[in-house]
Amino acid sequence: MKLNTPASPHVHGDTTVRKMMLRVLLALIPAIIAYSWFFGWGLLINATIAVVTALGCEYLMLKLRERPVNFFLTDGSVVVTAVLLAFCIPPLAPWWLTVLGAAFAVIVAKHLYGGLGYNPFNPAMAGYVVLLISFPRDMSIWLPPFILSELDFSLPATLNAVFLGVFPTGYTLDALSAATPLDLIKTQLSIDVTIAETKSAHAIFGDFGGIGWEWIGNWIFLGGVWLIYKKVISWHIPAAVLGSLFTVALIFYLKDADHYASPMFHVFSGAAMLGAFFIATDPVSAATTPMGRIVYGIGIGILTYVIRVWGGYPDGIGFAVLLMNLAAPTIDYYTQPRVYGHKRS
Amino acid sequence: MMRRLYNFAGGVRLKEHKRESTSSPVGRTQLPQKIILPLHQHIGVPAKPIVNAGERVLKGQVVAEAGNNISAPIHASTSGTVLAIEDHPIAHPSGLPARCIIIKTDGKDEAAGGYGAPCDTSALTQEQLNAAIKQAGIVGLGGAGFPTYLKLANEAKKITTLILNGVECEPYITCDQMLMRGHSADIVRGLVIMQRALGIKRAIIAIENNKPKELELMQEAIYEAGTPDMELVQVPTVYPAGGEKQLIQTLTGKEVPSQGLPMDIGIVCHNVGTTYAIYRAIAFNEPLISRYITIAGSVAKAQVLDVLIGTPVSHLIEQCGGNRKTLSRVIMGGPMMGFALHDDEAPVVKTTNCILVNSVISDVPLPSRSNFSLPCIRCGACADACPVGLLPQQLYWYARARDFDKVQDYNLFDCIECGCCDYVCPSQIPLVQYYRYAKTAIWQQENEKTLSDISRQRHEFHKFRQEREKQERELRHKQKRQAVDGASTQDNKKAAIQAAMERVRRKREHSDVTPKNIDNLTEQQQKLIEEADARRKKKLEELKPEKITINTSGRESE
Ligand code: SF4
Ligand code: SF4
Repeated sequence: MKLNTPASPHVHGDTTVRKMMLRVLLALIPAIIAYSWFFGWGLLINATIAVVTALGCEYLMLKLRERPVNFFLTDGSVVVTAVLLAFCIPPLAPWWLTVLGAAFAVIVAKHLYGGLGYNPFNPAMAGYVVLLISFPRDMSIWLPPFILSELDFSLPATLNAVFLGVFPTGYTLDALSAATPLDLIKTQLSIDVTIAETKSAHAIFGDFGGIGWEWIGNWIFLGGVWLIYKKVISWHIPAAVLGSLFTVALIFYLKDADHYASPMFHVFSGAAMLGAFFIATDPVSAATTPMGRIVYGIGIGILTYVIRVWGGYPDGIGFAVLLMNLAAPTIDYYTQPRVYGHKRS
Repeated sequence: MMRRLYNFAGGVRLKEHKRESTSSPVGRTQLPQKIILPLHQHIGVPAKPIVNAGERVLKGQVVAEAGNNISAPIHASTSGTVLAIEDHPIAHPSGLPARCIIIKTDGKDEAAGGYGAPCDTSALTQEQLNAAIKQAGIVGLGGAGFPTYLKLANEAKKITTLILNGVECEPYITCDQMLMRGHSADIVRGLVIMQRALGIKRAIIAIENNKPKELELMQEAIYEAGTPDMELVQVPTVYPAGGEKQLIQTLTGKEVPSQGLPMDIGIVCHNVGTTYAIYRAIAFNEPLISRYITIAGSVAKAQVLDVLIGTPVSHLIEQCGGNRKTLSRVIMGGPMMGFALHDDEAPVVKTTNCILVNSVISDVPLPSRSNFSLPCIRCGACADACPVGLLPQQLYWYARARDFDKVQDYNLFDCIECGCCDYVCPSQIPLVQYYRYAKTAIWQQENEKTLSDISRQRHEFHKFRQEREKQERELRHKQKRQAVDGASTQDNKKAAIQAAMERVRRKREHSDVTPKNIDNLTEQQQKLIEEADARRKKKLEELKPEKITINTSGRESE
């Protein structure tokens, strides 16, 4: 009888890429529910469009690149990319916008760079940033939370808006939409309205960030903590992103509270929470040494703040992540841990 | 028990699977028909046979003597007739056969004169102890197989701490545990002998905290022996706590320098099995001819057996109710660091601690790695698990690219091949296999043609020799200084000079007599070279990345 002679180790733990990706999706479910509660069906529709598009593109690319299709298609990574992208697209955005973003993320940002494991940029953020640059108007039309809206957007109405661009009689998209809190503060500041004035003049602000957004932030936070607990992600990156964002915001807030929003506002607004726990932690494009992860996270936190406050876009996390993606290999190189038996430097 | 512990970073928690083989007492093996004694069971040069085919040998009789200063003699495990001295399958990752003395047993188990005779150990001097340990053929039984007497030499007084390793952190392996359960007092006595051989007082006994029973027994044994210099320490159960370097770090907070030896920081580690063997050798004149081995996995009755060295693995599997017809893989050692045998006719050797049987019906150390691997997603789980602080993902990247300079920049040679990174990798990449391939390829590049066995041993051995030479040099300097200092009178000075000249002359003569180069090779040496080359080639061939999973496409497998 011929014996098998595989190399050691002869046992393996039960972690797989698929399991990791499934857990990431699970961790997002509370936030998806909260989002839908406050802003309607848009996210679910966007996510569905994005997932279908992404899977289709993945299939196509795997075929073209002659890779084992079933094996890679089921690893779950492409679904995570699609869902994260959907989070960043306004709920009533036309369907082709989502399709475009997802296709770019999978075809260009992922496969043209070599597929899973080889992409230097986070595909979801690459897709998002391309949309943001190419279609700035469509990408900035957000809805007010339901409680502030006079119109209850049903599923058919949302579908009509997304796929046909048809809105309920008597309404236009512009009339329905509302700026996000980050956006609002920024435009108001540019016409010399202080933050306190903006906040009291508009109903969209909650305790920390915007109404609704704060809650989504909470759920994302909980999902993220669960991921850390499950060892899908390590604490370093989220802690560094949020910590540095908070600290920088605090410094400016203490200096001039009229023109700089509070640190809590920054942490709970826009995609900061999502970015810290779900986007910056994308392993492929992040730094991988423990020290490197912290440096990488701090970089994202600071860049996000800079872009939010002085840049041309209301939210900066997408750009910040992509910029730090570029720096990740260098960061890794300079932050190698000390190896056992080598001198402490 | 109040020692402060310095836990190492990383490591993994594994399912222990120790209960299966520890629930019944240690069994004896039935005498096999044949005993197969490989000449090379230790680090260093192979032993030289001193018996011939047809000769009758007795239990405990030396059948092969130490090849040189770094080697160990081999004894017949039972009485019988030498059938042949020839190539036979052995337990080696390469699967190549090697020279063995094959003895047909006669069932009489007749012992050589003096075997088993009690001896008063307290009368022996340090040198006598060392010589007896050397003669008994004792090597590190924990797995490395380093000749033990070399690790008990302490002329330069560099070693100050003796660590007794009773950790046994790999799943399934239980032979040390059962030894401590049954022979705690003898182990303590063996430890006293080791302390005397080393001429030191301090000894630390480390046991994992998943063995409370053995811990208690050892505690009692120490108490009864009245040896207050021994400190018993319980260490956390996490793999690889029993790795020499990790254990030293846990117990002392010190680290063995990279490419160095524990000796460099004044420490020497021995395994409890070795200690017991030393006790038997010194107190009863019993050379190393048997040891405890765990047989576990797909067998009807997993247990620890007292096995004669040289017993074929198949014999043990059958004795424990395993079916040889349905074997799928047989692992010698534990599931993390053990290697799969090519042939179950291979004999157990001095370093064998466990036989893990897998059958086609149930693959035992489940779950094992899938045959397909995804690309590395750079998740860093491997780096978090690495007890050495390496970046396995970078090592993998460069090993795969065959960038051997870069892979060394990332400290490939500090990798202990513990397999933690491999175990946690979500992409199921056979990481350790890549590291082994890279190491072997680098060794081969560096040392194209040297007379030695497999490269790994050469490497270990080289380190040791350098260290030893350094020590000897220091000792000589010291003696010389003392001699010169003490030479107050003319006569003394003259004597010292003469002695020095004599030394120089001897050295010159000596170096003339034995030119250690490869021009004048005996036939046997030439054969050894060829064997080593063949083995190396085969090994490299096996490790070639074409044959292992290349996961850019995720489609190939072994
Ligand atoms: S654990 Fe595996 S997938 Fe993750 S970084 Fe290490 S080698 Fe890559
Ligand atoms: S096998 Fe080597 S690289 Fe992997 S965890 Fe062990 S020491 Fe680290």
